Amino acid sequence: MTTRLVGERVPRSEDARLVTGRGTFVDDVGHDALEVAFVRSPLAHARVRDVDVTGALDVDGLVAIYTYEDLPPSLAEPLPLLIPHPALTEPRTGYPLAKGEVKHVGEAVVMVVAEDRYRAEDAAERIVVDLEPLPPVVGVENAARAERLVHADVPGNVSAHMVQEVGDARAAVESAPHSLELHLAVERSASMPLEGKAVHARWDDDDSSLRVYSSTQTSTSVRAALAAKLDLPLAKVEVIAPDVGGGFGVKIVHPWPEEVLVPWAARQLGRAVKWTEDRREHFVSSAHERGQVQTVRVGFDDEGRLQGLDVEILHDNGAYTPYGIIVPIITATQLLGPYKPGAYRVEFTSLYTNTVMVTPYRGAGRPQGVFAMERTMDAIADRLGLDRAEVRARNFVRPEEMPYDQGLVFQDGRPLVYDSGDYPASLEKLKKLVGWDEFATYREQARAEGRRVGIGLACYVEGTGVGPYEGGHVHVEPSGRVLVATGLTSQGQGHQTMLAQIVADELGVPFDDITVTTGDTRRFGYAVGTFASRTAVMSGNAVALAARTVREKALRIAGEALEADPGDLEIVDGVVRVKGSPAASVPLRTVAVLSNPLRYSFDEESRRATQFAVGGDMSKPPVAEGDEPGLEGREYYSPTQSTFANGMHAAVVETDPDTAEIRVLRYCVVHDCGTLVNPQIVEGQIHGGVAQGVGGALYERMVYDESGQLLNASFMDFLMPYASEVPAVETDHLETPSPLNPLGVKGAGEAGVIPGMALLASAIEDAEGFRITSMPISPSELFALRARFAAGELEPVRRDADTQEGAF
Amino acid sequence: MTPVPGSVDGVPGAAGEPRHVVTLTVNGVVRSARVPARRLLSDFLRHDLGLTGTHVGCEHGVCGACTVLLDAAPVRACLLFAVSVDGCAVTTVEGLAAPDGTLHPVQQAFGECHALQCGFCTPGFLTTVAAFLEQNPAPDEEEAREAVSGNLCRCTGYQNIVAAVRRAADLRAASSAGEGDRP
Repeated sequence: MTTRLVGERVPRSEDARLVTGRGTFVDDVGHDALEVAFVRSPLAHARVRDVDVTGALDVDGLVAIYTYEDLPPSLAEPLPLLIPHPALTEPRTGYPLAKGEVKHVGEAVVMVVAEDRYRAEDAAERIVVDLEPLPPVVGVENAARAERLVHADVPGNVSAHMVQEVGDARAAVESAPHSLELHLAVERSASMPLEGKAVHARWDDDDSSLRVYSSTQTSTSVRAALAAKLDLPLAKVEVIAPDVGGGFGVKIVHPWPEEVLVPWAARQLGRAVKWTEDRREHFVSSAHERGQVQTVRVGFDDEGRLQGLDVEILHDNGAYTPYGIIVPIITATQLLGPYKPGAYRVEFTSLYTNTVMVTPYRGAGRPQGVFAMERTMDAIADRLGLDRAEVRARNFVRPEEMPYDQGLVFQDGRPLVYDSGDYPASLEKLKKLVGWDEFATYREQARAEGRRVGIGLACYVEGTGVGPYEGGHVHVEPSGRVLVATGLTSQGQGHQTMLAQIVADELGVPFDDITVTTGDTRRFGYAVGTFASRTAVMSGNAVALAARTVREKALRIAGEALEADPGDLEIVDGVVRVKGSPAASVPLRTVAVLSNPLRYSFDEESRRATQFAVGGDMSKPPVAEGDEPGLEGREYYSPTQSTFANGMHAAVVETDPDTAEIRVLRYCVVHDCGTLVNPQIVEGQIHGGVAQGVGGALYERMVYDESGQLLNASFMDFLMPYASEVPAVETDHLETPSPLNPLGVKGAGEAGVIPGMALLASAIEDAEGFRITSMPISPSELFALRARFAAGELEPVRRDADTQEGAF
Repeated sequence: MTPVPGSVDGVPGAAGEPRHVVTLTVNGVVRSARVPARRLLSDFLRHDLGLTGTHVGCEHGVCGACTVLLDAAPVRACLLFAVSVDGCAVTTVEGLAAPDGTLHPVQQAFGECHALQCGFCTPGFLTTVAAFLEQNPAPDEEEAREAVSGNLCRCTGYQNIVAAVRRAADLRAASSAGEGDRP
């Protein structure tokens, strides 16, 4: 029998090209392309009085300069609002090149095309943009005060206001035996893939067609947008996401200004044109995430059980809202985690500021929601003198309550119903893994050595695999090669390997015979994209269904060739054979030949399918009614709702008593994403997510000054963690298969990052003995908090019953 | 380095910035191109020589994706001008494997340990670690982590990269032991 590959640590088929320098990223394509540089706004808010290009005209190698006035009508309109929502009453999107006004530092004003990037930048720096400064709005609380406006026609700077409520939460908080109010804040961070955005476009004048390579998370939707913006038939536009150097959310936004301008310029100029974003451009003109200010009011009983939860969120959406209000919707819904909140009310206000726009970054609003909920859990434990783990356990949705309806509307417009999960089991695993119950002893030992340590935990539930659909195509070629295609893209998650594992099992073919293509509209035209931890769920199930269709067809055709009942056949290692008598067999490649009745042969093998060779029943047509030639299948997977993965993290930190340096000594993860297709890949996703979680908790922030300048727009100043900062991760898995899909899988891509801020706040608070309410936290901020605590300005945290008693 | 003042592609008197012939031994092969003085080594390798395995992540020497070996020592190709290394020997990620295609132990180990995801930063790690193992053939965990702590990766969380450094050291030791056994 063929060894089953789903569940195995199969080495990645992507790696051979990537470790030898043979990967193909966008900037590796097309060495003869013209190159683009942009003149971007140096001010956060200003009126464009004039653009003077005369100084640039004699720059050697200059090909073209474009401003807003040069754009055709379809490009002179605002870029698309991708996800409209009834609560998003004042959506605003930018123009490909600024029209009259700039709303953030980095907004593109002029596009320069030259023979290479060096000379494009030469020309760009000689272009004079005359700006009349307008007062900028920076910081979400300033935006809420609305003393100044980002968009003159948006009152109060409010893009959206939304309330969801289950029960009467305010009354429940009011009448509960205990209540608390927390004021919390989370700063901005960003996806920050190592490869920035990039676009390469080639116009074929003879064929009137366009081929675009883009470093995107959705090639099909970029294609649709380009066809619309450039007034081309879909059939004349190909978009390919080749190897993509990380995405983490920022590349799901589309079409970026550059993504429409570069193809347009290629057509205008009749030359290949490309643009490769540099690092500063990525900081100031792509997208950020996270920034929120939260107020939580909670009512609970003597046991720490929630009775009412009332949350208000101010969400900073930056200057524009092309991706709608997905991030605050996810915060508002996924905040609940594995808990039953009693009555719940959540209200968010999404606000414009003169900063880079906010769109999903891995976790997509969940880290902020989990921060609010888990800070609340710790505060309840503190108030009642209870073990933090115990308070969480008392509020869990129980396994026997699944499926569990939280009564809210999720980001896909569908009910927030958890499909499965065993939260008590996950917590038990985590406590064992980290040694929760033994930590008090460790703390005592550490204290005796003059060291200060703390432990924390945080739980989350993640809706993964959102719809509406993905498709899969499986094609067995007459060579025996199995070609698999799905429309969504890959940014390093190992989709080629993971999908090939699934097809190998479903079809019964060797892994090495399978070639998987993602994100290429030439191969698969219908898709949504890669986000929301959805590939294994959506494309995984789609290719599984397509492989089943192919298998069924192969068995039927082989049954005719072998004069056997298809039900008696099996496919093993690419050969169809009669169960129990393997000598009666036919290779799948021959079945592929037979599946396509031929008039003309082209080689020895294909002669078998020609008209004088096949024979058969002369009363039937060569291609039966309802059938089609070729051994291939195309299927779609479209679920009624998301699947809900979950996880719990625990960490031990040490804080230096003198310098306030924060070190993560241990980081433990228990993770349940249903059936694991490739445990090594899932662990890799968790490791990477944890690194981003630690970065977001301790190092990364976007530092805007009051004039809207991003002060740390470089890798020198924006502190992404190196190997020296990221702790080793200890993982344990629980597999609660999803009942919602054939493979039983849930998503895993974003999980690792979600509880990071909440977790480290919990652990640092435990080490220090005072409340941590804002993340990220640096050593100097911790040092300042200590001073305030010593001065009696901060309330002490009462210690857990479990980890120690009365130590502070 | 042969300056050709006031000329483009060797045509004296044509407009444009002066170009210079830069000759490097890249992955054992002598390669030349005529480039402006400001051409970065990273762009020279990628766009003039077509060796696109070397990647550019920040253009200010922080991320390490563009690391190549210059006379066997790791350098950031985005911080060097091609003209300033004229005559040097450069090894890029394309030159790590043996001529018969056998992977370098570091390449082998990165695959085995799942030490890469998107693969964009990987060439810089591979060259860095290859040079490191020449200096320290048997690093412990701490030394392995230190060796890669000047390169940024946004995907892996580094855990498997650190494991791959040590795995590469083992593979390297095994292969050199094997060579020693030969008659």
